Amino acid sequence: MAPGEAGYVIEWFTAPLAHEFMLRGLIVAMLVGAGCAVLSCYLVLKGWSLMGDAVSHAVLPGIVLAHLAGLSTKLGALAAGLGCALATGYIRRNSRVREDAVLAIVFAGMFAAGLVLFVKVDTDQHLSHILFGNVLGVTWAEVAETAAVIVPVALLAWARRRDLFLVCFDPAHARAIGLDARRLEIALLVGLALVIVAALAATGIVLVVAMLIAPGAIGFVATRRFDAMMAVATGVSVSACVLGVLASFHLDVATAPLIVVIQAGCFLPALWIGKRLR
Amino acid sequence: MTASLEVRDVTVRYPNGVVAVDRAGFMLDQPTICALVGVNGSGKSSLFKALMGFVAPGGGTIRIGGLAVDEALKKGLVAYVPQSDDVDWNFPVLVEDVVMMGRYGHMGLLRIPRAADRAAVDAALERVGMAALRTRQIGELSGGQKKRAFLARALAQGAQVILLDEPFTGIDLTTEQAIVTLMREMRGEGRLMLVSTHNLGSVPEFCDQVVLFNRTVLAFGPTETTFTAANLALTFGAALRHVRLGGADLHDDADARHVTVLTDDEHPLVLYGPGGNQAVVPPGQGPAAT
Repeated sequence: MAPGEAGYVIEWFTAPLAHEFMLRGLIVAMLVGAGCAVLSCYLVLKGWSLMGDAVSHAVLPGIVLAHLAGLSTKLGALAAGLGCALATGYIRRNSRVREDAVLAIVFAGMFAAGLVLFVKVDTDQHLSHILFGNVLGVTWAEVAETAAVIVPVALLAWARRRDLFLVCFDPAHARAIGLDARRLEIALLVGLALVIVAALAATGIVLVVAMLIAPGAIGFVATRRFDAMMAVATGVSVSACVLGVLASFHLDVATAPLIVVIQAGCFLPALWIGKRLR
Repeated sequence: MTASLEVRDVTVRYPNGVVAVDRAGFMLDQPTICALVGVNGSGKSSLFKALMGFVAPGGGTIRIGGLAVDEALKKGLVAYVPQSDDVDWNFPVLVEDVVMMGRYGHMGLLRIPRAADRAAVDAALERVGMAALRTRQIGELSGGQKKRAFLARALAQGAQVILLDEPFTGIDLTTEQAIVTLMREMRGEGRLMLVSTHNLGSVPEFCDQVVLFNRTVLAFGPTETTFTAANLALTFGAALRHVRLGGADLHDDADARHVTVLTDDEHPLVLYGPGGNQAVVPPGQGPAAT
């Protein structure tokens, strides 16, 4: 059907889904988009934008070492990602170096170590898939795995949003009502590492970073209230994923990068809309 | 329960060996407004951190309402009004959301407000005169309104002991008066307020008691007898500007009285003369005579 004909728009959406790999890709992209969007709100507010970057890059040596040891690469990735987040916190508390510098040293070092290992050791993984993901190449088992991790993390992060927001906004008051801010921060980091590892198959190390920042930033500039911020972030993120998957089919371009391009492109309009609302 | 705050022999020592608070002690056992006065870096905020349970004292005991710090916090007895610089005013949060945070301790794990919580928020906003501004984003408020929003949070919480960190920084005089009035009312309701401040001029105006602090309590007692030039000199040492005017600087007769201006902030402008409009430059501080 040509543009302009009735039903063209509907077919634009439905035609790709006749292929099962497109359906799997769409589902996994929406899951990752929603999970990343919820967490991105906290990362943006807490000033932890770099943390997503760090944890995602740091998983590489974990993947290779777990492969060498014959363990699950997912668990290896998770351990390495968490190790990076916790090591950073430890170094920051015990040195005079600022957090961003510590993060950069730790994650760049781990990523480089991962690359050295990766080139030396023959794994059955493609480096480009680890770096950029392969949304349309996921299996049903991977879709199920992703859902099993991301759905509970996202639901928990949403249900406990009052406390998590308070820890970002006013740690002293969190303390005054008897909350353990440190425990909540660590829970947030664990959730972050889980989502990143679950997203790896679809979006890869490099692009998950963008999906962990852009939605939160869009929600932040467009709204005046946290619930609205999270709704906008999730809505924009999931829409961008749907649009990106389908458009990448029609245009025959890489899927995950297109999703990120769409999300980034939403930022300026959001900024403009936010200014008008205020 | 009567509001009380007991600090006995409290020491705060950081892992790097710095002793920020050294065997400090004072006792507030009735509703009061008490100033905590000391130079920057004197350990005031470390003492606050100990009172909030952020750091565990390396020695001594803190009792709030007769309870250990953690228990008092669990009961929601303690509220903290942060310094303006410590808050990121860009956060997407409305005035009423901030006040509702005071109720979190009264809610379940998911912090879903009940009718009683909403009523407490309404009442607190009404009390501080912020009901009309409740749907403003916090960044849209003036300095005084921001303070009142956080005071409303303490009220909604039902806190008996309220710690205020530099509440008057960046606030004009009229607003300061309004906040002082509010604090007096809160004292009348049986609450106890400990106010960290370096705004010396307003201390005698609204504080019943003062704690003069430099790593330890240098002097503690009612403002009239404790907030003296000698004690302040002890507290601030050279950090305090001391302007003393008398004799020939002010007048030609033999009147022995003099005016003393103490300030740790900016250079004070002192006006004196028939119209009260003549700037006085103390000896040795004016431009060199040519």
